[in-house]
Amino acid sequence: MSQARESDVREDGQIESVSGPVVTAIDLDAKMNDVVYVGHEGLMGEVIEIEGNITTIQVYEETSAVSPGEPVESTGAPLSVDLGPGMLDAIYDGVQRPLDVLEEKMGSAFLDRGVDAPGIDLEKTWEFNPEVTEGDDVSPNDVVGIVPETPSIDHKVMVPPDSEGGEVVDVNSGDYTVEDTVVELDSGEEIKMRQEWPVRSQRPADEKQTPDTPLVSGQRILDGLFPLAKGGTAAIPGPFGSGKTVTQHQLAKWADADIVVYVGCGERGNEMTEVIEDFPELEDPTTGNALMDRTCLIANTSNMPVAARESCVYTGITIAEYFRDMGYDVALMADSTSRWAEAMREISSRLEEMPGEEGYPAYLAARLSEFYERAGYFQNINGTEGSVSVIGAVSPPGGDFSEPVTQNTLRIVKTFWALDADLAERRHFPAINWNESYSLYRDQLDPWFEDNVAADWSEQRQWAIDTLDEEDELQEIVQLVGKDALPEDQQLTLEVARYLREAWLQQDAFHPTDTYCEPEKTYSLLGAIKSFNDEAFEALEAGVPVEEITAVDAIPQLNRVGVQDEWEDYVEELEDEIAEQIGELY
Amino acid sequence: MQKEYQTITEISGPLVYAEVDEPVGYDEIVEIETPDGDTRRGQVLESTSDYVAIQVFEGTEGIDRSSSVRFLGGTMQMKLTEDLLGRVLSGTGEPIDGGPEIEPDEERPIVGEAINPYSREYPEEFIQTGVSAIDGMNTLVRGQKLPIFSGSGLPHSDLALQIARQATVPEEEAGEDGDGSEFAVIFGAMGITQEEANEFMDDFERTGALERSVVFMNLADDPAVERTVTPRLALTTAEYLAFEKDYHVLVILTDMTNYCEALREIGAAREEVPGRRGYPGYMYTDLAQLYERAGRIEGEEGSVTQIPILTMPGDDDTHPIPDLTGYITEGQIYVDRDLNSQGIEPPIYVLPSLSRLMDDGIGEGLTRADHADVSDQMYAAYAEGEDLRDLVNIVGREALSERDNKYLDFADDFETAFVQQGFRTNRSIDETLDLGWELLSQLPKEELNRIDEELIEQNYVEEETEAIEAEE
Ligand SMILES: Nc1ncnc2c1ncn2[C@@H]1O[C@H](COP(=O)(O)OP(=O)(O)OP(=O)(O)O)[C@@H](O)[C@H]1O
Ligand SMILES: [Mg+2]
Repeated sequence: MSQARESDVREDGQIESVSGPVVTAIDLDAKMNDVVYVGHEGLMGEVIEIEGNITTIQVYEETSAVSPGEPVESTGAPLSVDLGPGMLDAIYDGVQRPLDVLEEKMGSAFLDRGVDAPGIDLEKTWEFNPEVTEGDDVSPNDVVGIVPETPSIDHKVMVPPDSEGGEVVDVNSGDYTVEDTVVELDSGEEIKMRQEWPVRSQRPADEKQTPDTPLVSGQRILDGLFPLAKGGTAAIPGPFGSGKTVTQHQLAKWADADIVVYVGCGERGNEMTEVIEDFPELEDPTTGNALMDRTCLIANTSNMPVAARESCVYTGITIAEYFRDMGYDVALMADSTSRWAEAMREISSRLEEMPGEEGYPAYLAARLSEFYERAGYFQNINGTEGSVSVIGAVSPPGGDFSEPVTQNTLRIVKTFWALDADLAERRHFPAINWNESYSLYRDQLDPWFEDNVAADWSEQRQWAIDTLDEEDELQEIVQLVGKDALPEDQQLTLEVARYLREAWLQQDAFHPTDTYCEPEKTYSLLGAIKSFNDEAFEALEAGVPVEEITAVDAIPQLNRVGVQDEWEDYVEELEDEIAEQIGELY
Repeated sequence: MQKEYQTITEISGPLVYAEVDEPVGYDEIVEIETPDGDTRRGQVLESTSDYVAIQVFEGTEGIDRSSSVRFLGGTMQMKLTEDLLGRVLSGTGEPIDGGPEIEPDEERPIVGEAINPYSREYPEEFIQTGVSAIDGMNTLVRGQKLPIFSGSGLPHSDLALQIARQATVPEEEAGEDGDGSEFAVIFGAMGITQEEANEFMDDFERTGALERSVVFMNLADDPAVERTVTPRLALTTAEYLAFEKDYHVLVILTDMTNYCEALREIGAAREEVPGRRGYPGYMYTDLAQLYERAGRIEGEEGSVTQIPILTMPGDDDTHPIPDLTGYITEGQIYVDRDLNSQGIEPPIYVLPSLSRLMDDGIGEGLTRADHADVSDQMYAAYAEGEDLRDLVNIVGREALSERDNKYLDFADDFETAFVQQGFRTNRSIDETLDLGWELLSQLPKEELNRIDEELIEQNYVEEETEAIEAEE
């Protein structure tokens, strides 16, 4: 987080009461959302309510042993993040304190309290390469220089959005810290590599555009059936253990975004550790660099303070917007937005606010939509285009999608990946239910797939959807009479649909090859199943019994396409082999 | 700050409200002395400049307005020493085994600090429990939290005891583990019956396990509120033994349902806005603060592995207690009523069970190269067989294809030969996987589409197929 300087600290108040993460203070001169320091240990908090002389504060750290009478100081500034080089490859808590720095400062693997740390290293020097020269006119968000931050990402140093802009009078080139002045304007304003932005306000942008490029995920069911657009929004609801986190991790690994902001909001510690251990070793399929070079992690696990859980999604999206302003495509994953909503509920109930549905505060829907509104494909104010895609996991109690968080989320997002306990139980992964899920971006993304992958992309997809639909209907009959009672053509359709499910829709996230499937491979594998379908029906019409067709040796090899590195040749040979073997039957 | 007050204004359920004129810390420990000289301990739930709300652990019975209240000036601590091993303590951490007083090496607050996610080490060391349904299908690893979802009257305790008895890390058996880390069991009982408690204690004593265990006992007739501290004492002890004394600690907490009932009781007494089915809205956070205290830490030898046990009210896993638990833990093991009545021991229902840390804990060098594929294939085959059972009830076996019949047989054998093993049988991972191959070899080779072709060639049991069928 951005740190208050001594001089910023203004007025003193006193603690009046303490109840868990909620503290009230009297005689505190503070504004709504100001950051305050609570008690002798200076625990960080945020003003969330002011009533008469009483100020209510949510505290971002444990409050054990804090007592009434202890001092409270206001910084006079709202909760902000530090923005500048050094955020990639970083792992933060919910208020942007770097967890590695905390470990070092606390000298322990356990999180102590009252320790503050800036979001980016203030002492490290970066190579600043100016993009402006003396005499240039610059306005807010204009790029004044470039810092090669990681092998994948050039960090663009921008004029802060709230600056007046002006004429450049001095430019420094070379190695500087984020606090050194790199560009000076005629107004006297000194531009540094570091800027601050309050997390609860959206960074300004010109105009939202209709997204027309997919965020290619390398996941067959997503790219193939329910694609997400760059700048789009998606929700993944599902009961525990159905695959929300694995899907989010898959997207963080393989989506073709420039920057990934991964927010672990109130979930497991080990899942964050997994990311920290895995990502540095994985290669970004687009750039070939380490995945960590494009990733910023925010980890406020379930056992960390609940107020910081409430703020962690804002910290994440503000960082995402900052990179968007540089013209990058950013993808933000929030796992899980339900924990964020519960944090709101917990704080709200301590404030004794009037509860809405299931105890959630009445402003739940508004907060959710404000958050997802910050996603989009934007025309930035500096003339670049950038996007923030948001993918939120939702954890409905009892797996029941009718609950408020799922329902309010579905009202906003345009892509719905419904996880299904039944599929997960059968180890059909990803357990995304193809009947319930949808993507409202499908039509607007088709041209991209047709231009970049295959001209009949949407046609082929429609065939897959129709076949799966038909299977769904046939299954109901099978449940009653058994498969053998069906006419032969329907039996064959069931067999084809089985390959659609097992070979195409299923994808093993833990298999080194299958984990990522480029759209060309997704298309080609589907094509192979389609040509099996065509050959098989031709044979059936020619009078070959269905058992003989489905007993053809080569067919089950369709299930092995996913794990092939050299899939082009494999698919080509397999198609020939299937055609040949079926051909031999008549 | 040992000021004494006689200012109690209200007593309501487990809560006592008292006026104060000096500041009292949130979470601070309180002693209340009743007129007949009884001392009760409690904890500050809310502190304001003129009154405090106190949650009394040992029940408010006998407390009146003239009782005196003392604030001890600190939060609740656990007295820690390696000598706790072999001891039996009450639900509030006092010795009840007639042994000597605890002489602590140090004291620690029982509300543990969160492990910095950056400092964790990802759990990936296989723990062999000797139970095929777990080792083969839902592998447990060191530092995992893997609860048992059970129902009242089911043999979850037998399963927990079997795991505690049999758990080993195979490499250590072979003596390769030079670091000398030892295994310890912490047993935290919350609201269990005397009978269940005896069962555990007998087993612990008979097998000699007590020596390497610390037992915390809060029984059904002990005060409910006390249950909110028992797991915290147990976990504080576990962390101490793991990260201070290098033990690999297995923590068994039973029954988490009773713990959650206690939370609900306190919430109701405070007149809080309840969450789902009357449980507090913060129950997720509260449970996470317990379950997340499992794990491994970079640079530390020891580890904390948790097996919480809970009985699902009405066998319903969408009930808030199992539901919130499942959202926090790294998988779950279902103990099933039907399998139990069929006499399967342990009656583990594999399909909804899951170990999320399995993927990284198995495979070549950890268990065996074929482990992942075998387990995947057995899942798929068992699920398919299970599905067909409904259909068989309607159309009969004859109406089904040969392929379907094979799957039905597989599902039956899977339950009676693989899951069924008895609470006293200890199977090595090799035995478990070989047994898996035997069962899978009943299916035609082409059906094994989740297994690497090379592995099929190496392991598929060609003749055995008939042998097993003949057995029936
Ligand atoms: N695409 C996949 N490929 C292989 N296995 C998967 C896949 N998706 C999920 N799984 C399996 O399902 C398990 C549970 O998935 P995950 O942890 O993502 O669930 P979740 O929905 O996030 O649950 P929770 O709400 O409790 O966090 C994983 O540990 C893994 O074994
Ligand atoms: Mg998850």
